[in-house]
Amino acid sequence: MTTMLETRDLSKSFSIKRSTLARAASAVGLSRQADARVYAVNEVSLSVASGEVLGLVGESGCGKSTVGRMIAGLLPATSGALAFEGKDITTPSVDTHLNIQMVFQNPYASLNPRQRVDQVVSEAAIYHGLVDKKDASGFVSSLLKQVGLDPTYASRYPHQFSGGQRQRIAIARALALNPKFIVCDEAVSALDVSVQAQILNLFMDLRESKGLTYLFISHNLAVVEYIADRVAIMYLGRIVELADTRSVFARPNHPYTRALIADAPRLDSKVVEHRPIQGELPSPLKPPSGCTFHPRCPHAMPRCSEQRPLLRQVAPGHWSACHLNDSDVSATPEVAAAYDQVN
Amino acid sequence: MALLEVNNLVTEFHTEAGVAKALDNVSFTLERGKVLGIVGESGSGKSVTAFSLMNLVEKPGRIAGGEILFNGENLRNASVKRWSQLRGDRIAMVFQDPMMSLNPVMRIGAQLGETIAIHRKVSRAEINEQVCAALKRVGIPAPVERMRAYPHELSGGMRQRVAIANAIVNSPDLIIADEPTTALDVTIQAQILYEMKNLARASGTALIWITHDISVVKDLADELCVMYAGRIIERGPVAEIIRNPLHPYTRGLIDSLPQAENHGKRLYSIPGATPPLLSLPPGCTFAPRCSRATGECHKIPPVFKLEGREYRCFHPLA
Repeated sequence: MTTMLETRDLSKSFSIKRSTLARAASAVGLSRQADARVYAVNEVSLSVASGEVLGLVGESGCGKSTVGRMIAGLLPATSGALAFEGKDITTPSVDTHLNIQMVFQNPYASLNPRQRVDQVVSEAAIYHGLVDKKDASGFVSSLLKQVGLDPTYASRYPHQFSGGQRQRIAIARALALNPKFIVCDEAVSALDVSVQAQILNLFMDLRESKGLTYLFISHNLAVVEYIADRVAIMYLGRIVELADTRSVFARPNHPYTRALIADAPRLDSKVVEHRPIQGELPSPLKPPSGCTFHPRCPHAMPRCSEQRPLLRQVAPGHWSACHLNDSDVSATPEVAAAYDQVN
Repeated sequence: MALLEVNNLVTEFHTEAGVAKALDNVSFTLERGKVLGIVGESGSGKSVTAFSLMNLVEKPGRIAGGEILFNGENLRNASVKRWSQLRGDRIAMVFQDPMMSLNPVMRIGAQLGETIAIHRKVSRAEINEQVCAALKRVGIPAPVERMRAYPHELSGGMRQRVAIANAIVNSPDLIIADEPTTALDVTIQAQILYEMKNLARASGTALIWITHDISVVKDLADELCVMYAGRIIERGPVAEIIRNPLHPYTRGLIDSLPQAENHGKRLYSIPGATPPLLSLPPGCTFAPRCSRATGECHKIPPVFKLEGREYRCFHPLA
């Protein structure tokens, strides 16, 4: 399997604009307060093999969408490197980035309401010279057919379609540039269950017929478990666990992963009267020291608030960032019991 | 006597393009202290059910028929005054977006206090005590400090807790929750579901929980109504419906959910799309998408009853 996309220590921070007065104060030396920065994504290293579906899971504010946008070239990275088929694209290059397209969550917001479907779908391809303007109608028809829409819909406007149909249009727009890699950012989250099934099937069909590779970003564990080959779990800007889908769901290592899996409502689960994990995602403006999960972690030890655990291999191909895996930590009885319960 | 008995409720929307029947003969009962889940996709009428029960249907919509018996009183004839006595006191509602029910320029404590003061004459100190207790019951840490906060100072999960506290502060007989956890993260949703379950158990409040996700109400609800195009097409105990759905639409809905054992296989998907309310097919509205449909399905299926379960289908499964 060849690596298609690789990120190395990819990070993104945003500066917080202070008021004019505060900036003036520090300019004349009245205040020494530095510009605050939010570290949205920290040192994310991922590799996606050709033809693979990598799931990226986390709660809101964990930085999963920011990772997707950096990979798609919509946001420049603050530091780190990004490579596509061995070529460095940390500074977005148009030629290579045409291979990476994105499908967004909300098809009501991602389509221009004043453009007809044929314009939406063909605009980028015409601009980049992939298709001639006079051949556009045939080009649009074939794309609409590929995503399961009637080609006669080409002259309609987005508001004439249902949510599921709009998402198909958004997918056709992504396919128009003949990409190898698609970033799906919560692409099925806004859809009804029965429509979601249709769109997931479409993604699977396209993967088969076009050999597409996906980064599938979602907060929905059931969807990720269904579609992804490997899963990365993010918490507050960092990857805390990374492994193939089966291992993540059968033998989750990180306490956060275990909490996520236990808390997700599932149809096939037994009724368990478990107490959900407490607390909320801390503010990325003031991340907790050490392991950022320690204030919510049921197994937190003194070292968890002092030292940040590194992502380490706990089983072949299974990476986790937790001090419970430190060689000198002998699991306390309740930790061992918690592991046994899951495994 | 059941706490709530809804009989043949019809809610219509009169639009320029015609009359849309958003609720078509909806009937169900809810006992005191029980939890009823209502599941359906967008446009199925689940939110209109909630708004109709609260008499919050606005023009061009109107309740066109049926009765809502609450503690034996038919609320269809209730006056505006009677409704303002009931709402917030005996029947409370929690919306999907807590910002819709919270006033952005009022402190949390003052808002919840207002809910009490409108319905009862009690002292300031007593109000504060009750508000504090309500905030505590929904799991808000440091409730005394939080009472001084404005809604924008709280996270989405905390706001929804405040909205729930606002609903329970007068210990109502019935709470109607319309997709209250849909906008929340998985772990926060789990916390709220856990607390609601305990709350309903401890206080004896009946709960109607509306959701598009059947797995959310699986452990919470006692009974489930499945809605499609304005009708309740199946009703019964949650566990039995999930294990053994009778209506082909319910079966399709359950089979469409991605599950681990289907990894790599195609998901089942119901053919076609939900029909627009303005041009519903005659008879069974699901018939055009149904593999079991026959000529008989051109008639509207009545409610069939079988061992404590109800369904509207001429050709039920199993």
